[in-house]
Amino acid sequence: MKQRVLIADDEPNIVISLEFLMEKNGYEIRTVANGDEALRVAREFRPHLLLLDIMLPLRNGFEVCQVIRESPELNPVKIIMLTAKGRETEVAKGLALGADAYITKPFATRELLEAVKRLLGP
Amino acid sequence: MKLRLAATWAVCFGLLLAAGAALLLMLDASFGPLDRETFRRLLSASLATLSFLVAIACGASGFLAGWLIRTYFASTRRLTESTRLIAGGNPSHRIEAEGPAEWHELAGAINVLAAKHEGILRDVEARVGEARLDLDQERTRLAALMSELSQSVVVCNVEGRILLYNERARQVFSGLEDEAGGPASSYIGLGRSLYTLLDRDLVSHALEQLRQRFAKGETWPVVVFMATIRTGRLVRAQLAPVAGVDGHGTAPGGELAGFVLLLEDIGEAVARAERRDRLLQRYTEDARAALASVRAAVENLVNYPEMDVARRRQFTGIISEEADRLTGELERTAREYSEHVIGEWLPEQIRAIDLIDVMRRRIAGRVGLPTRTGEIDASVWVSADSFIMVQAVCFLAHRLKYECRVREVAFAVGAAGRHAQFSLTWTGARLSSSTVHSWDGSALVTGGESSALTFREVLNRHHGEAWYEFDPASSRSSFRLLLPLAEPEKAAASVPAHPSRPEYYDFDLFHQPGQTTELDDRLLKDLTYTVFDTETTGLEPSAGDEIIAIGAVRVVNARLLSGEVFDQLVDPRRPLQPASMKIHGIRPEMLQGQPAIERVLPAFHKFCEDTVLVGHNAAFDMRFLRLKEEALGVRFAHPVLDTLLLSALLHENLASHQLEAIAGRFGVNTAGRHTAVGDAIMTGEVFLRMIPLLSERGIATLAQARDACERTYYARLRY
Repeated sequence: MKQRVLIADDEPNIVISLEFLMEKNGYEIRTVANGDEALRVAREFRPHLLLLDIMLPLRNGFEVCQVIRESPELNPVKIIMLTAKGRETEVAKGLALGADAYITKPFATRELLEAVKRLLGP
Repeated sequence: MKLRLAATWAVCFGLLLAAGAALLLMLDASFGPLDRETFRRLLSASLATLSFLVAIACGASGFLAGWLIRTYFASTRRLTESTRLIAGGNPSHRIEAEGPAEWHELAGAINVLAAKHEGILRDVEARVGEARLDLDQERTRLAALMSELSQSVVVCNVEGRILLYNERARQVFSGLEDEAGGPASSYIGLGRSLYTLLDRDLVSHALEQLRQRFAKGETWPVVVFMATIRTGRLVRAQLAPVAGVDGHGTAPGGELAGFVLLLEDIGEAVARAERRDRLLQRYTEDARAALASVRAAVENLVNYPEMDVARRRQFTGIISEEADRLTGELERTAREYSEHVIGEWLPEQIRAIDLIDVMRRRIAGRVGLPTRTGEIDASVWVSADSFIMVQAVCFLAHRLKYECRVREVAFAVGAAGRHAQFSLTWTGARLSSSTVHSWDGSALVTGGESSALTFREVLNRHHGEAWYEFDPASSRSSFRLLLPLAEPEKAAASVPAHPSRPEYYDFDLFHQPGQTTELDDRLLKDLTYTVFDTETTGLEPSAGDEIIAIGAVRVVNARLLSGEVFDQLVDPRRPLQPASMKIHGIRPEMLQGQPAIERVLPAFHKFCEDTVLVGHNAAFDMRFLRLKEEALGVRFAHPVLDTLLLSALLHENLASHQLEAIAGRFGVNTAGRHTAVGDAIMTGEVFLRMIPLLSERGIATLAQARDACERTYYARLRY
């Protein structure tokens, strides 16, 4: 059975690449473009992993992360923050709010894949 | 005295009568019976005549004694007071002779003495003046220097009394009244407490740190802290110690004589840094996002070469789109950055025409190349380091003259977009591009003078550019120079609003103990005073008369500070009486639009904070002030001294104690009378001259002066 990955990012150009990359590596993909949708889809799609941007409309990535970690139903999902916010303070905040990994844009696709595999297992 | 004189007269007269009676009795006893009979008859017959004679003698001698009292006694007193005035207050005063010739002689002798005394005094004054001139020059130089500093400087004694401040400091603290909506007057002032402007605990904490660091052996500790001053501005403050006044450096753990506070209004700097930071952050994040898209697309293209054509096209499309976005973002950021940064760090804003003027004079002096001016736009201001820029242009002129044999150069300037374009134009002598490029990297050498910077570096520092143009039609060559334009408003704001005022300092205040302790035992000459006067619609505050002007001036360390005045007209909201208009000369139209007493009085109260009030006939003004206290929630509980009462005390026998008369006696200039502030200044001058006279009378402290005022006859008058 394929493992499910939800991509939450509002920039279509990065979403296209991420979607392609994840599919090529055998994951089932859904994409969303805002924070509210991310939470809604997470409840029905039950992803194993969430690739989460911070600068999302409606609800930012920090908030989405926090809501997921507070919900027993959603909590098991692994979260990788994938964001242009690269300050040390922002990394610390993301990890403190419960992200499993924090990757700053621009990133190497190999680095991302390694993180995904580390979190989801082979 | 008068009584004693009268009693002496009565005793003398009584003795005379008794002697007469005794003589009669002795005569009576020496006669035989017949003669005695005749004598007694004779006596009783002429009794009426005798009594009449006695009465006449009594009246005559009484009159004589009265005349003596009037002539000798009263004029002696007047003579004494006048002599005291000469000795203590006004050496130019001379006695007007009255009474008998001996008095004229005495007055004449005293006047001669007075003239000699005055001469000696003037001589001493002149010598003291000469001796102080150097010191004053030093002080003025210091004040001028301080006024040019872009930082605010405030020097305080250890109690936080302000001894010195500069124009910048005045500006930093002057927002107070604007925000409170009150009338304009500055609240920073010599001898005032710093703590009305800056939180006491904050400064105490910093002073404590300073002392601790002294104790640890630091020789010159500086404590830095941030503070919000009472105007709401954010300032960065540096606190440094002032060593003991005896001139020796402060030993570790030694006592501070005071402290220097350097204040920097960082509100603007913080806002600027924030703008720059936001710009940078936005750019970084946008660039990261775009690069992420590009990189992911490229890596997918590289790592999955087997992808179909549509996919491939999609990824290359992404790359090109993101590259465009990145370019646009870069341009936008660079533009905004240059808008925010250019002109910020450039040290001067100068009118282009002035800059050209300096350049031409320098070129004439150093290079000896004739110059003239062409089209000059006088409204153009530029941001430039004028010293280096003049050097750079001199360097060009030097090269043009000696390498290219140019005989004359014309200067022109005009605005070109966000830059000013300077042109140096000449005929003939066309330059090769290699010559021009070689100049770019050359150090600025003009004759004997050289700079570490190259011409290119100077341009870069100014965000400027330069190039060479040749017009074949006119065979004219031009060197163009672009420099960033400056806003004239910005340029004007960088010039201090006031010229330097040497009254901004008073180091003698170092010796002044804090006024928070009891003022009563302090010497009059050491106190800080607010000398004030009011003009009113009439004389009856209880009948609704109102204040229409308050004028005040501060006296610190026995110096009248004409720079620290309070001068405010007040809208009385009632008509002026024609009679009073003749006195104060204030016309109803002058009061239109002036603030009402509700705004003026609290501001005046603030101006008087911690000082002793002095007024001429102060009781009159105080009644007007006190009537408003409750409604406005301020209390004028200051100690009050009255020059009218003090004058009456000093010169009991001189007739007039009107301000003008007193001023005349003390040789005070009476110009500017009958404006509130003019009268206040005059009162202040008079008061200053009274202090030594009071001290001669044993009235040296505030408490003694107040008691003396109360005892004075005029204090019982009701206004």
